[in-house]
Amino acid sequence: MARTLGPVRRAFAPWDDPDAKPLIQFDGVTKRFGDFTAVDNVTLNIYEREFFALLGPSGCGKTTLMRMLAGFDVPTEGRILLDGVDVSGMPPHRRPVNMMFQSYALFPHMSVADNIAFGLKQDNLPRGEISARVEEMLALVKLEPFARRKPDQLSGGQRQRVALARSVAKRPKVLLLDEPLGALDKKLREETQFELMDLQEKLGMTFLIVTHDQEEAMTVADRIAVMNQGTFEQIAPPATIYEEPISRYVAGFIGDINMLEGGVQRVGTDMHFASDLLADNVVVESVPDLSPGPAALAIRPEKLRISLDEPPAGPATGRVSGTVWDIAYMGDVSIFHVRLADEPGNCEDMDHSVPILRATVANTTRLVERPIAWDDKVWLSWDASAGVVLSR
Amino acid sequence: MTDLPAASVSDPQSTARASSGLGRRLLIAVPYVWLLIFFLAPFAIVLRISFSEVAIAIPPYLPVFDLSEGWTAFVEDVQRLSFENYTWLAGDPLYLNSYISSVTIAFVSTVLTLLVGFPLAYGMARAPSSWRPILMMLIILPFWTSFLIRVYAWIGILRPEGYLTIFAQTLGLIGDDDQIRLLGSNAAVYIGIVYSYLPFMVLPLYASLERMDGSLLEAAQDLGCPPLKTFWVVTVPLAIPGIIAGCFLVFIPAVGEFVIPDLLGGSDTLMIGRTLWAEFFSNRDWPVSSAVAVILLLVLIVPIVAFQTFQQRQQEAMR
Repeated sequence: MARTLGPVRRAFAPWDDPDAKPLIQFDGVTKRFGDFTAVDNVTLNIYEREFFALLGPSGCGKTTLMRMLAGFDVPTEGRILLDGVDVSGMPPHRRPVNMMFQSYALFPHMSVADNIAFGLKQDNLPRGEISARVEEMLALVKLEPFARRKPDQLSGGQRQRVALARSVAKRPKVLLLDEPLGALDKKLREETQFELMDLQEKLGMTFLIVTHDQEEAMTVADRIAVMNQGTFEQIAPPATIYEEPISRYVAGFIGDINMLEGGVQRVGTDMHFASDLLADNVVVESVPDLSPGPAALAIRPEKLRISLDEPPAGPATGRVSGTVWDIAYMGDVSIFHVRLADEPGNCEDMDHSVPILRATVANTTRLVERPIAWDDKVWLSWDASAGVVLSR
Repeated sequence: MTDLPAASVSDPQSTARASSGLGRRLLIAVPYVWLLIFFLAPFAIVLRISFSEVAIAIPPYLPVFDLSEGWTAFVEDVQRLSFENYTWLAGDPLYLNSYISSVTIAFVSTVLTLLVGFPLAYGMARAPSSWRPILMMLIILPFWTSFLIRVYAWIGILRPEGYLTIFAQTLGLIGDDDQIRLLGSNAAVYIGIVYSYLPFMVLPLYASLERMDGSLLEAAQDLGCPPLKTFWVVTVPLAIPGIIAGCFLVFIPAVGEFVIPDLLGGSDTLMIGRTLWAEFFSNRDWPVSSAVAVILLLVLIVPIVAFQTFQQRQQEAMR
């Protein structure tokens, strides 16, 4: 999840610049299939050189949105503009976008080189230029020795690179990636994520990726749009999505999170979050649209501290006590499952309504003896600023 | 692991392989024995008759091998066999023309069947998957009635005062006194062959088109290829196994076709099947008709072997 942001990258935020001209504009786009609304009145701007991720579970409309940009589906309502030109009704073969398919869709009757050359041949480029570009693309994905092979003579990872090379060979304004790494194993997927980022910077293209893998979206994207039932829940850079989710849905979809149900109250000029489960009220940051009422306090497991002793009370600290229910040793970290009850839980007749919070603790020393063990009574505490209050 | 002697590791496996090898050989032996008895043996008889001479007798050829008359008589009989029938076939242009005409008619019909069958198979493969079993059923349905009756029914359609003429007259395409005279022409034979052999073309075509990944067509268009060109550079090349299989399945039986040219063709429609029939039943010249059959087999062996080789290569490629 960690992302190294260079100084140049950090400054890249055209979406915050009111003068920036978007490359792709979805303008009130709706797509219905019979009674089913796949995409519901979506408006979105994507900027040049941006790496944009559409993230959501299957059936949320992310693939339909991408297919409408590629031209395979026509919007029921609304317009799609590419570089200021309305492309809504333009057939796919005229659009200056290329797509890398989830299945790779490599032509099985053509060699690797012919697959890469396919798009270039459609433009009737001179033969010499085509072969030069194919060489360049083969070098880019390090597949020069495999130029004459057929796709079925390649490994999954190699096929993925051919598909990538083929889709960038025409130097499209926008490259669409439909679950591009879905078929690769975990290790290869992680390597390829970084290669994709390198490639995007090297080529200076705009990448739009569709994925259901939140880690993948976090790693590669400049901005993520979290989709749910045909609409956007939140569009923001990865760190914002992770640290400042705006709804329970986004908070739950990205990473692991603890959610405490309760309510927001106004106490003087401050806003407090109160819950029966908490030892005392927590002061929360007063964001403009925060109003008193039922809400959830969301805290990431790594932001919880676990201790045997009662932490000092204070307005800037949240505290809750419980019993260690389970400890998951993951190697690098241990995850403590703390049941918010004073009595140790009992497997046979457990009250499932009692919440269990998860606290991640880095295993900074070699594990010889745990200071905290099963059924210990413990305290969980956190800085008030570490929690996010969600009313949606 | 590397220190282990190889034999101790592979022993149980190789034993299992040996026993399954025996079972496999037995299993393969069954169809081969079948072929030997029901194909090779009758062929040997035909081949032997083709070397005999015609006679007014039962059976109508000489010599008839009879071991009861002693070994010398048998050897004399064997020595009487000759290539005479074949030289006779070569001498009469009727036979050569029949072969050429048969192959030509079969070739043209195969091309026509492909032209009709491809859109049909393509439509089936693109149809919603819930429709496909029904469409498949409709293709196979004609097999439920006799082939002979179905070809016969075409006489009713194609004859000058038949349904085709009535239909065209009703639509006003031709005058009320005009007639469409298709019956008794090569065109009627083409219609008959295309109609009868269409399922053999459609089924392998459908199999290869249905297997095709729809995203390949999208990928081609995404890369700037217009739909019609996509059809030629992606769909057709990927359907080639089906096209070849379908063409062979139509061409090979069409060359020897007898019923269709006899019922729908004219007196000038030369096809080897008819010639063979005439020699056998009208002239009662078994030796010559056997020779005609043997030559037909030789003519067909080239495409049959080509088809077999192609199929084998396909299967190896699939592995």
